[in-house]
Amino acid sequence: MNASSIQGTNPGMNDAILQVEHLSMKFGGLVAIGDLSFTARRGEITALIGPNGAGKTTVFNCITGFYKPSEGMITLNRNDGSSFLLERLPNHEIPARAKVARTFQNIRLFSGMTLLENLLVAQHNKLMKASGYTILGLFGFSSYRKASAESVELAKHWLEKADLVDRADDPAGDLPYGAQRRLEIARAMCTGPELLCLDEPAAGLNPKESAALNELLIDIKKTSGASILLIEHDMSVVMQISDHVVVLEYGRKISDGSPQSVRTDPRVIAAYLGVDDEEVESVLTEVGDEDVIEQLDTGPDAAHGPGTSSSYLAGPVTDTIGHSEGERVTVSKGASKAAQVDAKAKNAPRKPSERATAKPAAKTPTAKPRGGRK
Amino acid sequence: MAVTVSPERDTVATPMQRALREALYAGAISFGLFVLFIGLKTGQNISNELVLTTRWGLLAAVVIATAVGRFLYVAYGQPFLANQKITDVATGLLPASVASRFFQLPAFIVAIIAAVLLFVFNSSLAGWVGAEPAGYLQFLRALAVIYVLACVIYYFRAFIHANFTKLGIAALMLYPILVVAVLSLSAWSIASGLQGSLKWVDNFGIQILIYVMLAWGLNIVVGLAGLLDLGYVAFYAIGAYAYALLGTQYGLSFWILLPAAGAMAAFWGVLLGFPVLRLRGDYLAIVTLAFGEIIRLVLINWREVTNGSAGISGIPKVSFFGLMSFNVSDPNYIAKVLGIAQSGAYYKIFLYYLILGLCLLTAFVTIRLRRLPVGRAWEALREDEIACRSLGINTTTTKLTAFATGAMFGGFAGSFFAARQGFVSPESFVFLESAIILAIVVLGGMGSLVGIAVAAMVMIGGTEALRELDFLKQIFGPDFTPELYRMLLFGMAMVIVMLWKPRGFVGSREPTAFLKVRRAVSGSFTKEGHG
Repeated sequence: MNASSIQGTNPGMNDAILQVEHLSMKFGGLVAIGDLSFTARRGEITALIGPNGAGKTTVFNCITGFYKPSEGMITLNRNDGSSFLLERLPNHEIPARAKVARTFQNIRLFSGMTLLENLLVAQHNKLMKASGYTILGLFGFSSYRKASAESVELAKHWLEKADLVDRADDPAGDLPYGAQRRLEIARAMCTGPELLCLDEPAAGLNPKESAALNELLIDIKKTSGASILLIEHDMSVVMQISDHVVVLEYGRKISDGSPQSVRTDPRVIAAYLGVDDEEVESVLTEVGDEDVIEQLDTGPDAAHGPGTSSSYLAGPVTDTIGHSEGERVTVSKGASKAAQVDAKAKNAPRKPSERATAKPAAKTPTAKPRGGRK
Repeated sequence: MAVTVSPERDTVATPMQRALREALYAGAISFGLFVLFIGLKTGQNISNELVLTTRWGLLAAVVIATAVGRFLYVAYGQPFLANQKITDVATGLLPASVASRFFQLPAFIVAIIAAVLLFVFNSSLAGWVGAEPAGYLQFLRALAVIYVLACVIYYFRAFIHANFTKLGIAALMLYPILVVAVLSLSAWSIASGLQGSLKWVDNFGIQILIYVMLAWGLNIVVGLAGLLDLGYVAFYAIGAYAYALLGTQYGLSFWILLPAAGAMAAFWGVLLGFPVLRLRGDYLAIVTLAFGEIIRLVLINWREVTNGSAGISGIPKVSFFGLMSFNVSDPNYIAKVLGIAQSGAYYKIFLYYLILGLCLLTAFVTIRLRRLPVGRAWEALREDEIACRSLGINTTTTKLTAFATGAMFGGFAGSFFAARQGFVSPESFVFLESAIILAIVVLGGMGSLVGIAVAAMVMIGGTEALRELDFLKQIFGPDFTPELYRMLLFGMAMVIVMLWKPRGFVGSREPTAFLKVRRAVSGSFTKEGHG
C-alpha cells in the first residue's frame, strides 16, 4: 500500500536517489522501525523528523550500513545510472561505492588531527588508488604527488565553503562546537557523495550558526549536486531549507510531503504536541503554524546531544552508535498520538470550526487519514 | 546597607605569614597521620603479652620536620622557583635562573682543563696520591666531562632544538669512530682502542639501536594505529628464528634472509591480525599477549625444529655484502683484504652501521607512510573507528596493514639480533621484552620517532650505564653491588618521567600535511586508541 502511494507521488524512478521500501528494524522483540517506505528525490533536501525515539537515527544507521535492517530494501540510484542495494553492501563500501556520506549526532571528528588532515582522510579511497595502494607512493611516484596536491585543493575548497580555512592547521578538537559541525559536513563532502546524510546538523548551534548552516546546506544542494537527507529537531531549519519532509513516530511514517503540508497535518501536530484525546480538537484549533511547534519543541535531549568523546572502554561499535535502550521502543496500545487522531477523525465527522482554521494544504494525499492502524 | 569587607581580607599575607600558617597546618596534618603510625608501637614481651610502647620523641621529630620543611618550601622555595621564571625584558634571557648561573664560561674552562689533565695523567694518578683518592679523582673527571657536555648543550640549546634530528643522526654516524678515536688516544695504541671500543659499540650502541628499531616498529601498531599489542616480541622471535634456522640449515646469506624474515613476520602479523580485528582495548591486549606466549612455548617445545630451550647456535655471521667476511679463517677476511691488523671490533662496528641503517630505513618508511593515505588512515583509526567507516575506509585491511608493517620491522630486528648474537634461544623472547618495548613507546610519546629514540637511549642505555657505577663502591664499601639497584632506580625514573610528562617525552604530534604553517598538535587532543 505504501509503496504504491510513493510511486504515485514520484513521476519517475530515476528521479529518486534513495528509495526506502518496507524497511523494518527489530532489536530482539523491540520494533524500532516498522514497515517504513519513503523516497528522497535527487537534488532535493529531504528532512526526516519526528519526536525523540521515533527511530530517525536507526533509519540513518540502516541507510549507511551501521545496522543491517531486519526487513526491507534500500535502493540508491547514482547519477551514472547504477543502482545499489544498500542493505547488501558492507559498511565501508556504502560511502566508497554508493557515494553516501554521513555525519553523526555526537560529532565524530579526528580530534587530534588538523582540519586539513581530517579532510584528507575523507579522500582516502581516491588517494589510495593514486598511491598505487601505498607501493607507488612509498617510492615517491609523481602520480601520487599530483593526486595529493589535488586532494589538498579539494580540501581547501571545502574549508572555504565551511568558513574554516583560517584554522586549517589547527587540531579539529580545538574548534568551537559550531565549527566542528561545519567541519564534519565539509569532511563528508570531501568523499564526493551523491547523497549526504546529516544527523541533526543544527543541534547545539546558536541562531547565527544555524543560519550559516542553512546557507551552507543550500549552497551544497545548488553547487555540488549532492542530495541531502537530514534529521533535524530545529523546525526553523527544516521549514526553511527542506523540499520534502518525512515524519516518523514510533518507527512508522505518519506524514510525508512538502513542509507546508506536513506543518498543518493534524497527525504531525498531535505527535509533536502529545495531546490527549479530549484535547485534540482544542489544540488543533489553536495551532497550525510553526511558532507553536517551535515553542513546544524542546530540542535535542541529553541522549541525542553531543556526547563526550568516546572513552577507552567504549565497548563494541554497535553500542556507541545511535541510541541506547531508550530508543528501542515498541508501540504500546494507544501511545501513538497520530493513531489517536486517525481514530478520532474516523469516528467523528470534522467540525466546521476546525475546517476553517486548518489550512488547505492539509489535504495532501499523504496526510489523508489511513485506516488499518493499531 | 553597604557590605563592608573586613580589612584583613584585602591585604595579601606576606610569604612569611603564609609560610608560618601553612607550616602549622602541615604539622597538624602530619601529627594526625603519624600519631598512630609512629607515636604508638605494639609488640610482644617475653610472655607473649601485648605491650604498647610510645615513641613521642620520634613522632615529635617527624612532625617538626614536616612543619619546617613546609615552612622552608613556602617561605624560600616558592619565591625561588618563581624567580627562575623572571625574564630580562631587554635580552629575553633568564638572568636569575640557576641554569644561567650554573653554566658560566670560567667554570666551563676550568672543567675542560681539569678533565684534560685528569685524562692525561690518568695512569700515574694512583702512584701519586694512592689508590683510593685516585678513584675519587676519576669520579671527579667524569663529573667534569658531564659538566662540559651540559654546558655545550646549554649554550647551543636553541640550535640543538632546531636541528635535533640531523644532529642525532650525525652523532650516531660518528659514534663508533669517536669511541675508537678517544680510546686509542687515551691508551696511545689503535689496537687497544679497537679492543676497548667493543663494549661501547656493542653493549651500548647496537643494543640501544635494536630497541630503537623494535620500538619504532611497535610504534606503528600502538602509536599510530592505536592497537595495543603486548605480544610484539613474538615477531622479533619469528624473525630471529627464521634467520637462525634457514641460515644454519641451508646456509643462506643474511642479505637474502633479512627480507625473508621480515616477510615471514609480516605474514604472522596478518595471521594474528585476523582473529583480533573485532577486539578492542583490554581484550586485544590479552589476545596479543597470549599470541606472544604461544610463539615462545612453540619454540621451547618443538624440539625437532627449534632445538627447544637449548636454542640454536652457530648462526652464520653477516658478510660485507659477500665481498669481505668477518671470519678470521676465511680467505677474504676483512683484515687480510684491507691489509690491516686483526680485530673483533670490525665486525661490531659493521653491525653497528648495519642496525643504524635498518633503523633509518624504519624511520624513513614510517615517515613516508604517515604522509600516505594508509598512514593517515591508521591515525584516523586511532582517533575514531566509526568515523573511518563512515568515510569509506576499510578498517579491516587498515588494521591488518598496521599489524603486518609493525611485525615486518620486528622481523628485521629479529634476524639482525640472531646474526649479532650467533645464538638464539626462547629465553630472549619473554614477555618482559614486549613490556620493555611498549614502555619505550609510551615513555617516548606515542607516535613520535624522536621521543621514542630518546626513550630507548634512556631506558636501555640507562640500565647498561648503571652497570658502570663502580665508583659507588668507594662510597658504600666494596660489598655494594650497584647493578642490583638498577631496576629499582629504573622503575623510580619511569614513575618520575610519567608524572612529569604524562604523554611521554614528546607529547605533541606532527601533522602530516599543512596548508600554511606546520604546527604541532598538542597531546591533549590526540587519542590513545581503543586498543
